[in-house]
Amino acid sequence: MAFVRKEFLHIFRDVRTLVILFGIPAAQLLIFGYAVRTDLKNASIAVLDNARDNVSNELINKLEASDFFTISNRLDSFDEIDATFKKGKIKAVVVFPAEMSATLTREGHATVSIIADASEPNTASLVTGYTSGIMNDYSATLTKQITSGLPVIIPDVRMYFNPNLESHFMFIPGIITLVLILLSALLTSVSIVREKEFGTMEVLLVSPLKPWQIIVGKVAPYFFLSLFNVIIILLMAWFVFKLPVRGSIALLIAECMLYILMGLSFGILISTIVDKMENAIIITFMGLLLPGLLLSGFIFPIENMPKIYDYVSMIMPPRWFIEIIRPIMIKGAGFEYVWKETLILAGMTLFLIVLSARKFKVRLEENAR
Amino acid sequence: MEREKVIEVRDLVKRFGSFTANDRLTFDVYRGEIFGFLGANGAGKTTAMRILCGLSRPTSGKVTVAGIDSHRPEEIKKRIGYMSQRFSLYEDLTVNENIELYGGIYGMTMKEIRPRREELLRRLSFTGYGNTLILALPLGLRQKLAFAVALFHEPEIVFLDEPTSGVDPVTRRQFWEMIYETASRGITVFVTTHYMDEAEYCDRITIMSEGRIVALDTPSALRQQYGTASVEELFVKIARPQRINA
Amino acid sequence: MNAIEAYNITQRYGRVTAVDDVSFSVGEGELFGFIGPDGAGKTTLFRIAATLIIPSGGRITLFGLNVVSNFRELRSQIGYMPGRFSLYHDLTVEENLNFYATIFGTTIKENYHLIEPIYKQIEPFKKRQAGRLSGGMKQKLALSCALIHKPRILILDEPTTGVDAVSRTEFWEILAGLKNEGITIIVSTPYMDEALRCDRIALIQEGKLLGIDTPARIRNSYSRKLYAVSHPDRYRLLLALRSLPQVVSPEPFGDSVHVVLRDDADPAEVKRALEGAGLSGAIIAETVPGIEDVFLELMQKEV
Repeated sequence: MAFVRKEFLHIFRDVRTLVILFGIPAAQLLIFGYAVRTDLKNASIAVLDNARDNVSNELINKLEASDFFTISNRLDSFDEIDATFKKGKIKAVVVFPAEMSATLTREGHATVSIIADASEPNTASLVTGYTSGIMNDYSATLTKQITSGLPVIIPDVRMYFNPNLESHFMFIPGIITLVLILLSALLTSVSIVREKEFGTMEVLLVSPLKPWQIIVGKVAPYFFLSLFNVIIILLMAWFVFKLPVRGSIALLIAECMLYILMGLSFGILISTIVDKMENAIIITFMGLLLPGLLLSGFIFPIENMPKIYDYVSMIMPPRWFIEIIRPIMIKGAGFEYVWKETLILAGMTLFLIVLSARKFKVRLEENAR
Repeated sequence: MEREKVIEVRDLVKRFGSFTANDRLTFDVYRGEIFGFLGANGAGKTTAMRILCGLSRPTSGKVTVAGIDSHRPEEIKKRIGYMSQRFSLYEDLTVNENIELYGGIYGMTMKEIRPRREELLRRLSFTGYGNTLILALPLGLRQKLAFAVALFHEPEIVFLDEPTSGVDPVTRRQFWEMIYETASRGITVFVTTHYMDEAEYCDRITIMSEGRIVALDTPSALRQQYGTASVEELFVKIARPQRINA
Repeated sequence: MNAIEAYNITQRYGRVTAVDDVSFSVGEGELFGFIGPDGAGKTTLFRIAATLIIPSGGRITLFGLNVVSNFRELRSQIGYMPGRFSLYHDLTVEENLNFYATIFGTTIKENYHLIEPIYKQIEPFKKRQAGRLSGGMKQKLALSCALIHKPRILILDEPTTGVDAVSRTEFWEILAGLKNEGITIIVSTPYMDEALRCDRIALIQEGKLLGIDTPARIRNSYSRKLYAVSHPDRYRLLLALRSLPQVVSPEPFGDSVHVVLRDDADPAEVKRALEGAGLSGAIIAETVPGIEDVFLELMQKEV
């Protein structure tokens, strides 16, 4: 068929289509293949060792010796647990009871609490599962040693922040992260590029308006619309999914505003490099959706991925935002826990604003015809 | 001598809801004629053209194109060619590929296409340009090639939409010469345009206004009849009074 | 002081030279036309004049202000109408006008008298979305938008392209009215016949100016005697004329063929020759060269 042949010719002559056709599946495979790990590797945990005897020591050694865990913190009191989790790095705290060894010999069994940060339900289940497994193994060796009775270490699993392991605790902050950046970047880039395409940009440029006035004029409505969107999502989360915001609402909204601003500047940047709406849409999705979904830690913990993914994810704004809103929403963390991430995000935003303002020309850039 | 009619339109009416786009149009176009179809925006020109090209059906009236009734549009489409100023050739395809595509669409095999393609390129002095992308051709050459391609399947009628607006005067002359040559081979050339100096090149012109035909004759006869120096003046004179509030 | 002074403007895109060493000046209050086919460089030149592109070479001033270094001051004095009418299709007529008034720091009311003759014609449709207007109405709205801040100079890039003949006639009448208000206007068009509406014109082809003058003097500059030959069978006429030794460059021109005769040959001789070729009844008469004839002649000289 002549018509089919023509379409092939169009495609082969168009580098962009080719890249989309072959590049995207390859990239997806790579990202998914490496990023999507459902096993556990080097998860950070903390121990609160009230026993300090040989049993607790041995157990701690066993945990440390496994590939699954890194013990990166030793706590001194129960009160530190909440703050530890709010910082976000520690996935679980293993609490050994006082006089564990004695209890074990006296009563034949002892209870070890595994308290997991269940704001990430998947990771929490993995961590508690693997920890319990190591304890059971240890129990079995103990049983062989001590012939009198059946001393067992009983793991007592507790899911902190999210006792029922509801998955929407994970995906609501994730959705907010993803939707906000996509929407704000897409809306601004498309609306600016549309002016280019319809030729109205020429007249705007000839007008006495300064570039920042054009930018603010284009961005302001979308800023408020996106903010409105956040509020709707939060209300829905609250009423439909019964997920209250545990931290300060004001802080949450302020962080969202920063993040929206980031998305909008991203959109402006995109609009300065493309001339067609379809390209703006493709770039926004390629540049933000996949990385936002996979490299933000939204679904798959970054700790489990190869180190390189960790580095790449560091330049992804969604990663930092998710590390801000998850603690605020689910753990009730205050600004003192998220100031570092906020600073990084603010830095990125500033960078993008400066970059896009500099790239936004007061004249037309014409491509050679 | 009775000339052969290739387009016959009798009492053509086309309505869209309560709006009458074409109001009892009646005219004939003869074989080998260069026929100009003029009208202001919204005069019903495009609607009538679409019906003649088999893209739309009349509400009532009888339309015959190349001997085929308008109720068999597929048959009409095989017998006509079309070229518009805006779209004609695919820019990212080569000259050969465009020709092959066009021939293929009209059901020709590569065997039939190849010799005719060479002939076409030779006639346009395009030999050696076969593998050039359309993008790389100057505007004037593209225009001429587009016209030749529209004639590739040897249609009985070729419809041209503003064929020479915006091209330079030299190319324009060459283009009209191609049109004359085509008409002299017995192919009817149906030209629609906004540009009245294009109309001056036609054998006969018809002017539409508010869905009706308000003038139909040779350009010189019409100029005489209305006492104007050009078709442009004539057109403004005829079409203007009716559209105070159009 | 002239409204525009342009010296040796050149604009290159890679290896393509879109505008090639163009110099011209436009007086205040003049209606100045650039006439040339698509791709001649008109749009590029106008964008340079409208401060939108920095030329690769040359210097251009508007009212003594350089378009590159003084672009901020200039922008409020320019009314620019790009080739594609620059309207928001999803906004109504009134909303479009309001928007452009606002960005130029004015109101519709303030300069209403200026746009009134134009805007009155589209005012009945002011609640209609601009995308649903006819070509002629879009053109008038775009002009109203370009005028709303009372610019000193109007830069109109192909304002009549794609618009029907009636609207085009009206448009030129409007421009004549604006000229009387003292506004300088430069306008480009691919249509040779529109040249006669301008005070002065520049013919442009492949980035180069072929000539600048009043339309009348341009027409008079045609160096030879021009004849129009007509016969019902134009194609045979054209071929026959081409074979005659007395005839130089016969060109189809509307319903006749324009020819120049070699060494002042006798037209009656040509008529006889045509009759001999079976084209009896051919009419040959001297004719006044049009802008297009001059353009053709100048183009052929360039080559």
